Amino acid sequence: MKFRLKRRRLGQLMFVSTVAATTSNFVEKSVAQTPVKKTTPMLKSSIPETMKVTLKVNGTAHSLQIEPRVTLLDALREYIGLTGSKKGCDHGQCGACTVLVDGRRVNSCLTFAIMHTDAAITTIEGLEQGNNLHPMQAAFVARDAFQCGYCTPGQICSAVGLVKEGHAKSDADIRELMSGNICRCGAYPNIVAAVRDVLEGKKDAAV
Amino acid sequence: MQPFNYKKAGQAENAVALVAPDAEASYLAGGTSLIDLMKLNVQMPKELVDINPLPLSKIEMQGNSLRIGAMARNSDVAYDAIIQQRYPVLSEALLSGASPQLRNMATVGGNLLQRTRCYYFRDTSMPCNKRVPGSGCAAIEGYNRIHAILGGSDRCIATHPSDMAVAMVALDAVVQTRSPNGERSIPLVDFHLLPGETPERETVLQHGELIVAVDLPASNFAKRSHYLKVRDRASYAFAMASVAAALDIQNGIIRSARIALGGVGTKPWRAYDAEKALLNKPANQAAFQAAANAAVAGAKPQKYNAFKVELTRRTIVKALATVGGMA
Ligand SMILES: Cc1cc2nc3c(=O)[nH]c(=O)nc-3n(C[C@H](O)[C@H](O)[C@H](O)COP(=O)(O)OP(=O)(O)OC[C@H]3O[C@@H](n4cnc5c(N)ncnc54)[C@H](O)[C@@H]3O)c2cc1C
Ligand code: SF4
Ligand code: FES
Ligand code: FES
Repeated sequence: MKFRLKRRRLGQLMFVSTVAATTSNFVEKSVAQTPVKKTTPMLKSSIPETMKVTLKVNGTAHSLQIEPRVTLLDALREYIGLTGSKKGCDHGQCGACTVLVDGRRVNSCLTFAIMHTDAAITTIEGLEQGNNLHPMQAAFVARDAFQCGYCTPGQICSAVGLVKEGHAKSDADIRELMSGNICRCGAYPNIVAAVRDVLEGKKDAAV
Repeated sequence: MQPFNYKKAGQAENAVALVAPDAEASYLAGGTSLIDLMKLNVQMPKELVDINPLPLSKIEMQGNSLRIGAMARNSDVAYDAIIQQRYPVLSEALLSGASPQLRNMATVGGNLLQRTRCYYFRDTSMPCNKRVPGSGCAAIEGYNRIHAILGGSDRCIATHPSDMAVAMVALDAVVQTRSPNGERSIPLVDFHLLPGETPERETVLQHGELIVAVDLPASNFAKRSHYLKVRDRASYAFAMASVAAALDIQNGIIRSARIALGGVGTKPWRAYDAEKALLNKPANQAAFQAAANAAVAGAKPQKYNAFKVELTRRTIVKALATVGGMA
């Protein structure tokens, strides 16, 4: 009797764990397809799951209920729905996630959203001026400075930061100071041309 | 990434009081080293104390020294007018590191404490004495092209990846810290530890000891200084070999010299023997070559990084020639 009970419990346990494995597989698949609203906790502990974090993005305040471990990039993309900033490497190695924090370009994948409650954040979606493209956006269009476009929002935010910093005096400087943005399509020559146009104050240069 | 508690500290004493008593607590500065490694589960602090609000980002003269606050961003230090003029090697080293975005985030304190880029350290499925003491070193028998030729032990051969620290070691920098035991000054050459038997211990800092500033003393060689970094691509890559060089030359004779190496040592590497080889010698190619030979005399290359010995020599000679030719 005792023995059978044990066996039955074991069977139940196995059943439960199979369901759990299937569910977690399913959760991971659905994460890949649709925006996630909540990350799955990995450790049971006294650590509070979420906190209220207010971010000012492109002039609008967004109140989010998120965990401290949510990066600024994930907050923008998954919680606010601004998917212009891209996730390339998630480790500071590609620049696709570049946004402006108080006017300075940073990698949004290597910083937590909760660190920026006092900052003004600008993403690619916030660059346009009224109904006009930002001059850097216009220059990228005019110079055909992209192919697939995946790196482009990061390139443009980075280039806006570069112009503001004011250290680029030559094409060699532009290349060096844009080196934090990798382009797998190799649109580099046209990117340099677009940034140069803006530095030289040309409007819609190639048009 | 594992979850954690998050707090902001507005004053240094509060930050220290929050981190020092808790072995699982950690400071969070620019986040570019720590968050990267938290995503890989290589570092898993349970409490993060955000020190970005601390009023420690000034760069200012203190008597004859230049004091750089621990929270000064790498980009702001690199473009600071006094540093560009009086300590060009430091500005050049910073601008050769990482990317403009990362430099806008990275702080002076965090840069000194960034962890190695050894790929086995970053991969929790591999043995690594630095990450899990006693588990072994995957690099010694493995692919060790990026590893150290100077200062390694049979436990660890990982390089310290910082460029900034190499320039600072050449400039006789002094680290200022604060802990529950009070304040102390640590010369940067004594700050990082050789791996020896305990590669998991990387610096002399106690847990919770906060870096508040780095001081650069006045010197007669800093103005004539240069950083030369050689890497696998033109930019945005760690050093295969790098050299911080500074010379005081009077009437063609070298009166004082500083040489420090990056990308080849287990800590920011001060090349004392190379400096000795230059002292009171005419500033010429023969002296530079002798210094380069002295710098790598004790080198222990691994299977895949023997090229670093000659690369280091040539990088030293070229850096010294550049400095020697400066007006
Ligand atoms: C893709 C990439 C490329 C890079 N390339 C280079 C390169 O070429 N050359 C180079 O030198 N570096 C390079 N870096 C490293 C970068 O310079 C460091 O990550 C950065 O300097 C760390 O500073 P941080 O403020 O972001 O530190 P954090 O990540 O915030 O902190 C790092 C560590 O220091 C501790 N800490 C921070 N501040 C203090 C303090 N004041 N007192 C006590 N403890 C403190 C933290 O607790 C943590 O353990 C690169 C990084 C990336 C991601
Ligand atoms: S070299 Fe050091 S960091 Fe790399 S695997 Fe060996 S012990 Fe770990
Ligand atoms: S996604 Fe942030 S740098 Fe690649
Ligand atoms: S345009 Fe395709 S990655 Fe840059």
